[in-house]
Amino acid sequence: MATMTLGKALNAGLRQAMEQDPKVVLMGEDIGKLGGVFRVTEGLQQQFGDRRVIDTPLAESGVIGTAVGLAMRGYRPVCEIQFDGFVYPAFDQIVSQVAKFRFRNEGRVSLPMTIRVPYGGGIGAVEHHSESPEAYFAHTAGLRVVTPSNAADGHRMIRQAIASDDPVVFFEPKRRYWEKGDVDDEAPLGRVPLHQARVAREGSDVTVAAYGPMVATSLEAARIGAEEGTSVEVLDLRSLSPIDFDTIEASVHKTGRLVVVHEAPVFGGLGAEIAARISERCFYHLESPVRRVGGFATPYPASRLERHFLPDADRILHEVDRCLEP
Amino acid sequence: MAIAQVRVPGERIAEWMGFDGLVQLISVDGQRTVGCPYWELVADVGADQLRDLYTDMAVVRRIDAEAMALQRQGELGLWAPLLGQEAAQVGSARALRSDDFAFPSYREHGVVYCRGVDPVSMLRMWRGTALSGWDPAEHGIATPAIIVGAQTLHATGYALGVALDGASSAALAYFGDGASSEGDVAEAFGFAASFVVPVVFFCQNNQWAISEPVRLQSHASIAQRGQGYGIPGIQVDGNDVLAVLAATRVALARAYAGLGPTLVEAVTYRMGPHTTSDDPTRYRSTIEEEEWRVKDPLARLHALLQREGLIDEHFEAQVAATADEVAATLRQGCLSMPDPEPSALFEHVYAEPHPLLDEERQRYEAYLAGFDEEA
Repeated sequence: MATMTLGKALNAGLRQAMEQDPKVVLMGEDIGKLGGVFRVTEGLQQQFGDRRVIDTPLAESGVIGTAVGLAMRGYRPVCEIQFDGFVYPAFDQIVSQVAKFRFRNEGRVSLPMTIRVPYGGGIGAVEHHSESPEAYFAHTAGLRVVTPSNAADGHRMIRQAIASDDPVVFFEPKRRYWEKGDVDDEAPLGRVPLHQARVAREGSDVTVAAYGPMVATSLEAARIGAEEGTSVEVLDLRSLSPIDFDTIEASVHKTGRLVVVHEAPVFGGLGAEIAARISERCFYHLESPVRRVGGFATPYPASRLERHFLPDADRILHEVDRCLEP
Repeated sequence: MAIAQVRVPGERIAEWMGFDGLVQLISVDGQRTVGCPYWELVADVGADQLRDLYTDMAVVRRIDAEAMALQRQGELGLWAPLLGQEAAQVGSARALRSDDFAFPSYREHGVVYCRGVDPVSMLRMWRGTALSGWDPAEHGIATPAIIVGAQTLHATGYALGVALDGASSAALAYFGDGASSEGDVAEAFGFAASFVVPVVFFCQNNQWAISEPVRLQSHASIAQRGQGYGIPGIQVDGNDVLAVLAATRVALARAYAGLGPTLVEAVTYRMGPHTTSDDPTRYRSTIEEEEWRVKDPLARLHALLQREGLIDEHFEAQVAATADEVAATLRQGCLSMPDPEPSALFEHVYAEPHPLLDEERQRYEAYLAGFDEEA
């Protein structure tokens, strides 16, 4: 057991995956000597060489498209997209090729690729560096979409994503890169399935389902709620495709109320899918409508405005309170 | 058909690459051109090999015609005819070794045929019983990329894998003049040149991207497109099967020798429509079509064979019989192709269990079973 930041945990997970499987190669922009703009690949090129940690030209479709070919040749590419807002040039390769390849080829070709994307806001960045594009990918059949919220999950999930024979879009909550947690680097990989959600904090009045960067925010809301006499159960979804609805359903059976939280705009976001499914599955257990907290129907704003765009503990509690209104 | 693999001497590659102008070994009227250094690259192609190339091209043309007919009869949803591009496809595909890997677009039926794929399998995606048709690893050829240009990146990545493996095979990406404008092709050039990977970019410039003439894509020749990336180009008469074979061999030799990517532009002509849904009379003239008809690749090879006394009536009858047999088998295979079961919808989306998909499958199966109960 060791204490480390999410960024270091991902780094350690990548290192382990590379040590265990010589076919694992990393590719992306600035991931070599620099170790990535967030240092997640720090030291890996030094350890494994520039044939396994490959700095690429600045072309995101190129990164993903060449990774498809590498995977066809028997490699397990792990691609880094530098920032969320830079993934769109690769969107066609991800959606039209990566996601569909196995289905198109009737299972004869699998693409065991991992696409790492630092995402989300709260770091005072310029435009295109704070977005949450997860819904586009969760909407696309053939992809798995996951996002860890903490160091321990980051360490486990990155290794599981790389070991998976399916393509996995791996969203990393960039503002949580520096948050520390305990990591059990001896834990066997298969103990928790990649798509399994967890109860991050138990409660009895309202369920708050969150993922990635919003888990910590939701836990903060739950702490404040407890002081005010409201018992909030916080779920960390971890996986956005597939979503572990059984865990959400079990929690809603207990609380009868659900608030879904994400940074991405509410409209057409994952909260909508969760609200619809839970309304269907838990209709007679619900004491109030499923509510959603998230970004507005605006493009991501300038950083001096982002605290208004991003859900915080108060906005979450506001919706929690509305659920509890008689 | 097996063409003997010639050894292309590495020290001569620069000389061939330095050749300026269109590589042509058979003139439009079927005569051997004189003085082109690319002749040395097909020194192994004797009478038997020429006849084999002719047979390949004739069979491929027959497959194409049969598929067109099947579409017109409502048996295929769509077909993208290769008519006119037989030399470009057979010539390049016959340059490949079995350990090379081809990445086709959707018109490369001739290439697919040369890689040993059962022609009936080719029809599956056009009939709509599947989205592809064969095992890429078994035949060393990926299934067709319909998003034009996307496969040039896959070929580049595959070639990067070949280089990382320390192997000496190559990837060959087929694309068209239309795709040459796609960003993915530009990115493939950039990656391939930067990483010096064993890939050949083989562009069949068939003059038309549906209704858009090649001059709309570029005012410079496609063969020149690689220059800014440091990728040398060869412009070859794409209706001359020997020239295409020779040019592809040089490009592959560069790949095997670790010299990186080569761009081959095969100048050819799409004699038919873009697909069975297209109507070329709306955008191109019959005069142009007539100009290209005299350059027909199959007729050209036939003229050479005839001129040199290498074929007779017996051979021609044999070729026709072979082509008819392949066509009959193709038709029979197409008509007897079963529609997929509804359960196929849910198969192969993921390699590993997926609860959402499993749930949807169970619900849909139960829904379908409800009809059985009613009946």
